Amino acid sequence: MCGMLSVIFVILIFGFLFVESFTFLKNFGIFRFITGKHWFPASNPPSFGILPLIIGSILITFGACIIAIPISIMSALFISEIAPENLRDFLKFLIELMAAIPSVIIGFIGMIILVPFIKKTFNLSTGLTAFSGSIVLAFMSMPTMISISEDAIHSVPWKYKEGAIALGATKWQTIRKVVLKAAMPGIIAAIMLGIGRIIGETMAVMMVTGNASNIPKTIFVPVRTMTATIAAEMGETVRGSMHYRSLFAIGLILFLITFIINLIADLFLRKIRR
Amino acid sequence: MKLNPKLTQKISYFILFLVTVFAIIPVIIIISVIVKNGLPAITLEFLTSFPKNGIRGGGIFPAIIGTFAIIICSIVIICPIGILAAIYLNEYAGNNLLTKIIKLAIINLANIPSVVYGLFGFSIFVVFLRLGVSIISGALTLSIMELPVIITTTQNALNSVPSSFREASLSLGVSHWQTIRYVVLPSAVPGILTGTILSIARISGETAPILFTAAVFYVPHLPHSIFDQVMILPYHLYITSTNVPYMPQKLVFGIALVLLIMVLTISSISIIIRIYFRKHKKW
Repeated sequence: MCGMLSVIFVILIFGFLFVESFTFLKNFGIFRFITGKHWFPASNPPSFGILPLIIGSILITFGACIIAIPISIMSALFISEIAPENLRDFLKFLIELMAAIPSVIIGFIGMIILVPFIKKTFNLSTGLTAFSGSIVLAFMSMPTMISISEDAIHSVPWKYKEGAIALGATKWQTIRKVVLKAAMPGIIAAIMLGIGRIIGETMAVMMVTGNASNIPKTIFVPVRTMTATIAAEMGETVRGSMHYRSLFAIGLILFLITFIINLIADLFLRKIRR
Repeated sequence: MKLNPKLTQKISYFILFLVTVFAIIPVIIIISVIVKNGLPAITLEFLTSFPKNGIRGGGIFPAIIGTFAIIICSIVIICPIGILAAIYLNEYAGNNLLTKIIKLAIINLANIPSVVYGLFGFSIFVVFLRLGVSIISGALTLSIMELPVIITTTQNALNSVPSSFREASLSLGVSHWQTIRYVVLPSAVPGILTGTILSIARISGETAPILFTAAVFYVPHLPHSIFDQVMILPYHLYITSTNVPYMPQKLVFGIALVLLIMVLTISSISIIIRIYFRKHKKW
């Protein structure tokens, strides 16, 4: 019974999101909702196009990935294969602490330190940009990516490494050509789960990206993500209004995106177990 | 020119080391900046009094109490459900389609964005079940969110109990449930404890799920029951750092420091318990 509860919750979450957004999607049209270029929920007549929000989310996610993926893989290699045991325990402890820091605190520090820094370095009119969001999110997704990749690298069987070293390869050649390849499915799963975290993150992003719902042309302008839109506007809506229901429709889309990402990550994780 | 493989190895190790340092530097910066700027704000009065001047002064006592209320309430809801579910999955469930679906559902629950939980909690608990914006609505929302964490960690803990323990007990004629109750569960306690404490740390730092379900800007009194609205630390930090003009920066750092200390202490306890028991394992 308790085991079934998690299935029931997933169905309930989907059900409630679907029911709350159904009349909106039917009246406004799913296609218009996803491809509309203007998000003006409060103007008259209102316009509920989430294309700028989707592009905002994708842009920030993409930026965060470019920063986080190489750093995470390299750190995971270092922690798993190179660092002596004491240092490894200490680094793993730090990474767990990193994962535990609440997102509001990261957002707050981002606002106070990173945003002014970016404004000054790139000579912008505001430091609240997609770029700031990417940096903050890269940092927040690294613990997930590092610890899962580290597990994958660590679980590469000894005989693979021994085989390579017996053939005269240096330890580094072994790591680069044998270990990395064998751990790849696990690393990809780690990256997917990290991306899931990036797309779903709300508070920190809301605090550093400036929340302007325009379609961005560069990464140095303010953007607004899907998650931040829900968090920022939910409090102002009238229960049952179009605006209220449109936020649930955004929630539904987020739910579906993470669902798909999970399925992909799960596929790769299963591949390693075989 | 072909580089000497030994030299390549040295250079690569050094680069990997630098990157790792680069990855962990922000943690150290964040913690030190908050400690340095927040420490002067922490006084007994700050921790034990109500906010003043439209929350631009005074203390954060109600927010601390509110956070604890939410934590306790969530733990009471989540622990029995999560642990029972894990026992079922690990000890009873066969390898069939139902189990596979349940496992998939758990993985999915774990990765739904927190703000979507907020939306869901609002529509089911606040509106549909008419619990209003209250401690109980927030705690229920957070519980559903943390359920996968508790289930997975408990399951890992149960899984690491050697099957020889179970076989020994069963061969003595002890029933399946008694074996679980008196042999498996006691051996898995450290693992279960670690998972639970880790969830507490996450619950105390989450903002998005309680945004529409439990938290309010200011309440002039402490909560009387679980059906009251509350002030909560992470929300208080969010509001004071973004929405309150002329908010003294020192106080905001103070709030951040209290929250940080709370979350890091709780999660360090869980990490230390785990390291301790891993070293002192009897099998």
